[in-house]
Amino acid sequence: MAKRPIKKEDVPTTGHSWDGIQEFDNPMPRWWLWTFYACIVWAIGYTIAYPAWPGISSATAGYLGFSTRGQVAEAIAEVETKLAPMNDKLASVELASIASDEELKSYAISSGAAVFKTWCAQCHGSGAAGAKGYPNLLDDDWLWGGDMEAIHYTITHGIRNTDSDEARATEMPAFGRDELLEKPQLEAVVNYVMSLSGTPQDAGKVEEGAVVFADNCASCHGDQGEGMRDLGAPKLSDAIWLFGGDYAALMETVTNSRAGVMPAWSRDFRPAQGLSEAQIRAVATYVHALGGGE
Amino acid sequence: MFNYIKLIVLGLVAVMAMIAANYGRDLAYQVNAITVALAAIITFIFVLRRTGEPEIPTDQTRYLDGVVRAGVIATAAWGVVGFLVGVIIAFQLAFPVLNFEWAEGYLNFGKLRPLHTSAVIFAFGGNALIATSLYVVQRTSAARLWGGNLAWFVFWGYQLVIVLAATGYLLGATQSKEYAEPEWYVDIWLTIVWVAYLAVFMGTLMKRREPHIYVANWFYLSFILTVALLHLFNNLSIPVSIYGSKSVQVFSGVQDAMTQWWYGHNAVGFFLTAGFLGMMYYFVPKQAERPVFSYKLSIIHFWALIFIYIWAGPHHLHYTALPDWASTLGMVFSIVLWMPSWGGMINGLMTLSGAWDKLRTDPIIRMMVISVGFYGMSTFEGPMMSIRAVNSLSHYTDWTIGHVHSGALGWNGMITFGALYFLVPKLWNRERLYSLSLVSWHFWLATIGIILYAASMWVTGIMEGLMWREVDANGFLVNSFADTVAAKFPMYVVRGTGGLMFLTGALIMCYNLWMTVRAAPRVESANNAVPAE
Repeated sequence: MAKRPIKKEDVPTTGHSWDGIQEFDNPMPRWWLWTFYACIVWAIGYTIAYPAWPGISSATAGYLGFSTRGQVAEAIAEVETKLAPMNDKLASVELASIASDEELKSYAISSGAAVFKTWCAQCHGSGAAGAKGYPNLLDDDWLWGGDMEAIHYTITHGIRNTDSDEARATEMPAFGRDELLEKPQLEAVVNYVMSLSGTPQDAGKVEEGAVVFADNCASCHGDQGEGMRDLGAPKLSDAIWLFGGDYAALMETVTNSRAGVMPAWSRDFRPAQGLSEAQIRAVATYVHALGGGE
Repeated sequence: MFNYIKLIVLGLVAVMAMIAANYGRDLAYQVNAITVALAAIITFIFVLRRTGEPEIPTDQTRYLDGVVRAGVIATAAWGVVGFLVGVIIAFQLAFPVLNFEWAEGYLNFGKLRPLHTSAVIFAFGGNALIATSLYVVQRTSAARLWGGNLAWFVFWGYQLVIVLAATGYLLGATQSKEYAEPEWYVDIWLTIVWVAYLAVFMGTLMKRREPHIYVANWFYLSFILTVALLHLFNNLSIPVSIYGSKSVQVFSGVQDAMTQWWYGHNAVGFFLTAGFLGMMYYFVPKQAERPVFSYKLSIIHFWALIFIYIWAGPHHLHYTALPDWASTLGMVFSIVLWMPSWGGMINGLMTLSGAWDKLRTDPIIRMMVISVGFYGMSTFEGPMMSIRAVNSLSHYTDWTIGHVHSGALGWNGMITFGALYFLVPKLWNRERLYSLSLVSWHFWLATIGIILYAASMWVTGIMEGLMWREVDANGFLVNSFADTVAAKFPMYVVRGTGGLMFLTGALIMCYNLWMTVRAAPRVESANNAVPAE
């Protein structure tokens, strides 16, 4: 048994002993017992006030009429009511006039920032700097146009999706895969494109590439590779590349083509996940104001 | 005769496992099948070598301690593995580059995270529970383990579960149920092992030579029984093919979620709380050499705890598709659970009253005290976090991670370390531990490590919860999710550092225990089954 003798002032033990372990016959601490009772009483009260006890096909609804869905709906309704005048105004004015109304503009930018962080940042980055395949929205290089109208249209309908029939949709041919061009021609045109903004991998092929480019690419990308916004054809004469501007990346692009996709964000096309007109205009204003807006 | 039956069964298992490996449809299944075949072949050879040999009669008056010794070694070894993987994934979160390209699909965070949780809860915690329960039930029943070598089957069978689960995770076999990731065949095997465990424990209790069943055994028994029940219901699934690891859950949608968190919460409640309370109720009075504070309290808090814990699961699903009534009940039962949980803390701490001076001289007691302290803190924090309003801030944040670790590192870890320090000299007949000052080092490293871990997670948890809901004057969100991730970086480093300290402490413990067995002076064995009175 315990080497430490049980002191005189100790309460008696229960008389049991297991492997030398005994048990005092102390009462339960009163504070413990009363707190336990208090919790039970509180629990009963709480289950009367809130939905709690299940029956056969439904449960008690609770005296306070609380529901978590109701709580969320209430919070959303409160904000929506508060913002309704500004949202209505934002959704109804001329797009171009948003910029001239200081109050509306600053509202649209803060609203648009929230929309962007929630729905757009996944692809375009939380700072809107983009990533490979997802355009940078901070610069003034626009695939489909950078004025308010164009940005608004892109967000509303998206790009190459099945949501909206009016989505921006053009297709670059897969010159290599579909055997529209021979391997030497591909190599030549890639070198030519590289020469437009920097140093080609093989300078000797640039001249031949220019001919291939004029015959196959210029109709969309322009004679000087200046791009064409109506077709979403990128400008090739600057150093900004969506899918990479080195030899391997460009070879991949002309061989298999590229076709970035963006969902249509209007609720007209995606009722469950889409954005309201005011939200689209807000995020368009936000993107427009990031630096590259026209 | 019995050996021949064993040989036939083992041979059949080996052949069937090899056939299964041959037909296996995925890598995880094939590797697991080969593992099973190897385990069966090794056991076959082991049994074969003993067949036909004259039987050495076992001394029924002595305790079966070999299996407890094996359990102690397994606990320490799996503990180090689990903590190490934890440190690795903590740093993977702080420095994503540690998700190496070459190891993608095997050693990235997503694969290692369940490996860490299972290693710590089931390999470290499970082995600690099995080993200590088999030790405690023999001592407090004054009886050798029931069932001959069945306890050895439980031990090795459980190690096989761990190996199958761990290799399965890394190769992609998972049910995607938190803490119940192992696929169907591992679940079936665990069920067999667990029933054997229950039989050994119950059998020993039934042949006890003490008039009463000690409180530690109530807790152990409730843990074994309830875990069996939870495991069965949460793993009801239909294999897609008998030759593949994939299975489909029987429940779907919110029913599945509710079953999962009924299981998940009670894995905490019965595995990590009730089981470890069993440990506490034996090792604290033994180490303090004082009687348990209150018998009455132990009865009341035991029944209150096991009755109430089982209903608290829905608090994991506040503000989800779960009906509000279930969510309310989950929260209410969690709060009523507060005092029953604290009953264990009171009994643990008050048992030390009259022996407080030992805190100065005995680092093992210090470990047990801080363990019970963390237990009390976690079981207050838990009910608080189950309150809907608090949960709406804390849910999905690192606060949850901090909460779990203050319980797992503080309570489960420390009480297990205390038990291991108590057990090793007893089991290997050593006079004392190799070094008490190394125990002190372990104590301080682990304690500071836990504090760094829990404090940093509280800070990031509350910070990210507040950042998620931060809105500007118009009610628009201020932060994107990535902003909140970026803001957590410094705390992630602190957390990893805390984990590293905890791991270092565990390594010191392993060294100390190893040296105890190797170098500490021997004493006469005292492992005879003698009733205490």
